[in-house]
Amino acid sequence: MDSLFGVAGDGFVVLAADAQVARSILLYQNDLDKIKELDSHKMMALAGPQADCNLFGEYIQKNMALYELNNDLRLSTKAAANYIRRELATALRKGPYQVNMLMGGVDAGAAALYWLDYLGTLQPVKYGAQGYGAAFTLSLLDRSYRVGMAEADAVELVRSCIAALHKRFLIAQPNFVIKVVDKDGIRVLK
Amino acid sequence: MARRYDSSTTTFSPEGRLHQVEYAIEAINNAGTCVGILAGDNGIVLAAERKTVSKLLAPSKTSEKTYKLDDATSCVVAGLTADANILINQARLAAQRYLYQYQEAMPVEQLVQRVCNMKQAYTQFGGLRPFGVAFLFAGWDAHHGFQLYQSDPSGNYGGWKATAIGANNQAGKSLLKNDYAENMSMEDALQLAVKVLTKTMDSTAPSADKMELTTIQRVNDKVVYKVLDDAEVTRVLKLVESQKSTEGDV
Repeated sequence: MDSLFGVAGDGFVVLAADAQVARSILLYQNDLDKIKELDSHKMMALAGPQADCNLFGEYIQKNMALYELNNDLRLSTKAAANYIRRELATALRKGPYQVNMLMGGVDAGAAALYWLDYLGTLQPVKYGAQGYGAAFTLSLLDRSYRVGMAEADAVELVRSCIAALHKRFLIAQPNFVIKVVDKDGIRVLK
Repeated sequence: MARRYDSSTTTFSPEGRLHQVEYAIEAINNAGTCVGILAGDNGIVLAAERKTVSKLLAPSKTSEKTYKLDDATSCVVAGLTADANILINQARLAAQRYLYQYQEAMPVEQLVQRVCNMKQAYTQFGGLRPFGVAFLFAGWDAHHGFQLYQSDPSGNYGGWKATAIGANNQAGKSLLKNDYAENMSMEDALQLAVKVLTKTMDSTAPSADKMELTTIQRVNDKVVYKVLDDAEVTRVLKLVESQKSTEGDV
């Protein structure tokens, strides 16, 4: 039921996620931040049951912090994405985490966005979406994405995706969190 | 009763020393010399002395002291080659596992740490002797560029700009201290490495078959590892010899 979108440009990544927590016919919460910050320049939006999202998201967060303590180095976005993929693939035949993700980061000025699902799929993308929202917004992203587009335009594109959901999607998702990462780190737009 | 503390690797002597570990380090000081020189951003030179035991022994086809660990890291060995092979296998395995997990090359220092952790374990856990090996590791990674590390049987390691291990390493190090220059060219580093080797070998007629030279450089964003062939080693050797013969002249 979650909606996640992401757009990567030259030196920045924009991620957006709805803020609803619902199960069956009940709405539990409408202000949850589903975009976890893995380190100062990496973030990951998670969709799925809230327990799995929290458990898996924190597991990755803590392991990346551990890697940094052990090695005095940070994983690159690519290395982190592959690490996450492997954790999912290992868990798949034991007790899978029911999480689908968009993970983005910036290292040494280069931005990268990755699309991951609970089966252990990993795909680098320029833009991507997860959840029901994907059915409504992938066409919009496909039409409006431009190579080398400015950060403000990318944010505007993400906002237009949210507007499309508000117009057409049966399930109400009034609140969204938008985060941007660039060379200066992560900031929250809304 | 001092000998009481000699046999066990894991018992401290009353003076607080681990004799077996110290003997292992001492054993390496009789092994063939290895030299490593970090030529700034240009690359790294590794040089090793090949001790020919007998005329009848078939010489190894490629290298016997220099080993490639992964695409961007290699090492030279001083000490027991058989012991070194165990560690090198582990290092290669660790490097490939890291690559498999992260789809990125293992940072050089992490690879060195893996080997050194294993060496340390053999100085603490009972029943086995320590590895009688010292290494020079040379490699490149995106985090810290070219790096040169030295390790000993105790599991200690450190990063160096230029260093020598094995027989006569003291003499070698003092020569390196005198002649090393920051950001020297690869050619200068090669010549310096050979100069150090000819000094530590104290052989009257150093020849190409008595040494192994390897270089690590970056060419078109790729790390290139090269073992110099006999003709190239002879060329450098001749240059160094001619410089030496004119050194005394004024």
